[in-house]
Amino acid sequence: MIAVKKKKSRFQATKINPKHFHSSQIRYLILLLPLCAFMILPLIYILNHAFKPLDELFFYPPRFFVINPTFENFRRLFALTGTSGIPMSRYLFNSIVVTFLVLVFSILFSTMAGFALSKLQFKAKRIINEINTVALMFVGIAVVIPRYLVVERLGFIDNFFVHVLPYLAIPVGLFLVKQFIDQIPNELLDAARVDGASEWQVYRKIIMPLIKPAVATILILSFQAVWNSADTSQTYINDDTLKTFAFYMGTLTNNTNGVAGQGMGAAASLIMFLPNLIIFIVMQSKVMDTMAHSGIK
Amino acid sequence: MSSVALAKRKKVHDSQPIAYLFVFPYLLMFFIFIVVPVIAAIGLSFTYFDTVRAPFWVGFENYVNIMTNDAIFMQKVIPNTLKYAIIVGPGGYILSFLLAWMLAQLPPKLRTVLALIIYSPSLTSGVTMGVVWKVLFAGDATGYLNSILMRIGIIVEPVIWLQSQDYLLTIMIIVTLWSSMGVGFLAMLAGILNVNTELYEAGYIDGIKNKFQEMFYITIPTIKPQMLFGAVMAIVGTFASSGIGVALSGSNPTPQFSGQLIVNHIEWYGFNKFEMGYAAALSVLLLLIIYLFSRFAFRLFGSKNE
Repeated sequence: MIAVKKKKSRFQATKINPKHFHSSQIRYLILLLPLCAFMILPLIYILNHAFKPLDELFFYPPRFFVINPTFENFRRLFALTGTSGIPMSRYLFNSIVVTFLVLVFSILFSTMAGFALSKLQFKAKRIINEINTVALMFVGIAVVIPRYLVVERLGFIDNFFVHVLPYLAIPVGLFLVKQFIDQIPNELLDAARVDGASEWQVYRKIIMPLIKPAVATILILSFQAVWNSADTSQTYINDDTLKTFAFYMGTLTNNTNGVAGQGMGAAASLIMFLPNLIIFIVMQSKVMDTMAHSGIK
Repeated sequence: MSSVALAKRKKVHDSQPIAYLFVFPYLLMFFIFIVVPVIAAIGLSFTYFDTVRAPFWVGFENYVNIMTNDAIFMQKVIPNTLKYAIIVGPGGYILSFLLAWMLAQLPPKLRTVLALIIYSPSLTSGVTMGVVWKVLFAGDATGYLNSILMRIGIIVEPVIWLQSQDYLLTIMIIVTLWSSMGVGFLAMLAGILNVNTELYEAGYIDGIKNKFQEMFYITIPTIKPQMLFGAVMAIVGTFASSGIGVALSGSNPTPQFSGQLIVNHIEWYGFNKFEMGYAAALSVLLLLIIYLFSRFAFRLFGSKNE
């Protein structure tokens, strides 16, 4: 097929990843903008609802936008105590500690494993990589019952660390890190080894600084998984003082029916959502960098 | 330096026992929370286990009962799960690819803002958004949806959306689709942006005429690995978020089982009826379904020929 005549102009008009705005892009915007409006609507709703004073929450017919924004809902939320007299701040504190532990250890474990699976030679390497690729398809809640039995058998029921441990093995995280480390040339590592660096030093001094984008990505994935999760509190924890904020949110919607509860609910949703969003905005270019290497071959 | 380097490199490419130390912490957690539960599910699925007495062997009885005796499973759970999984899974996947593809046609700043808007719902989770949906879909006239529909005259009486067997599943699908543009969407977007533009130039010389040919003959074949990653994430995300019906309606089982999916059925049998063996058999079926879906994705996009 030879059609040399008009290819140039056509190609220029329909470029992927263009540098500037061009009128040919308007047709995509016509489709994208209404959709984006739909996507962002519930989020704008939370933002407005969270700052509505009591009388605006009672408006009928309901009003979407807030008129006189106030922090009243947040104040009442923090003043509220759970059914068994536990202040909300306790749940928030638990969530922060759990999230911090998960982030530190999941990053440590998955980068260490990713380094070994990418750059070291050992017998079980291929089979571990293959099993981990299959495990990408693993869905935790499918085995919620056997997991419960395992946790019970290990004596971890009502143990604070049961919030942390299940989130330390995230196959997607390891997979992304390993793919990212694959891009680092072996010569770089060999040069350090010649200079007498141990494998641990190679990992610390060469690998870790080079894989910051991948680390940012696991950080976001783990943060999202653990910060948003009510499952561990619901399934493994009976002691109310050990439960997390995400779980508390769920009880909030069931216990505080009525309009006043809605305002607090929206305030709590906002507290849940904002950290996710801020972390993602800060790190989005690094995430996109990692995602470029995400392909399964 | 060359002889030393060669000697070192030779040593490096032999087996390195220290590697096991590096993989150990991850593998331990992987083993306890993924491998053991899956094996336990398979083992338990052949037993009767009510958590009080020790499990005893019943062979394939649980599986036979699922297939022949569980009317709710056959009449509600399977049709619901299929409808939900097909719309949210492949439907959401195609949608996220098309969105990523359209975004790639826009200049960087505009693209980043729109991509952020599309991605941000996936940062929320079913449970925490329960509050929001309950107000938007509230069953009385104060609900936003009811209020709007009544004002423009589509309905006369408020509809009890979340307790209604006609609407619950649809609402679940919309809500899940809304929050499904996650990691897979980002991976495909990154993939499309990284396609070498020379490929397109060459394509146009070889006779590609329009954007659709460009998408099918160049973009998709080039980003197959990202397409596969996106597909696996779509499948996993679909099933992982299927607790949404219970979060929306506030009860398990959902009203008249209208939003009952396999995951809810598992929890209902396990935690409400304490039939752990039966629930385990359901878990095994679910894992098999997910695995088959994923194999299909690997057949479509994988580079390895099996």
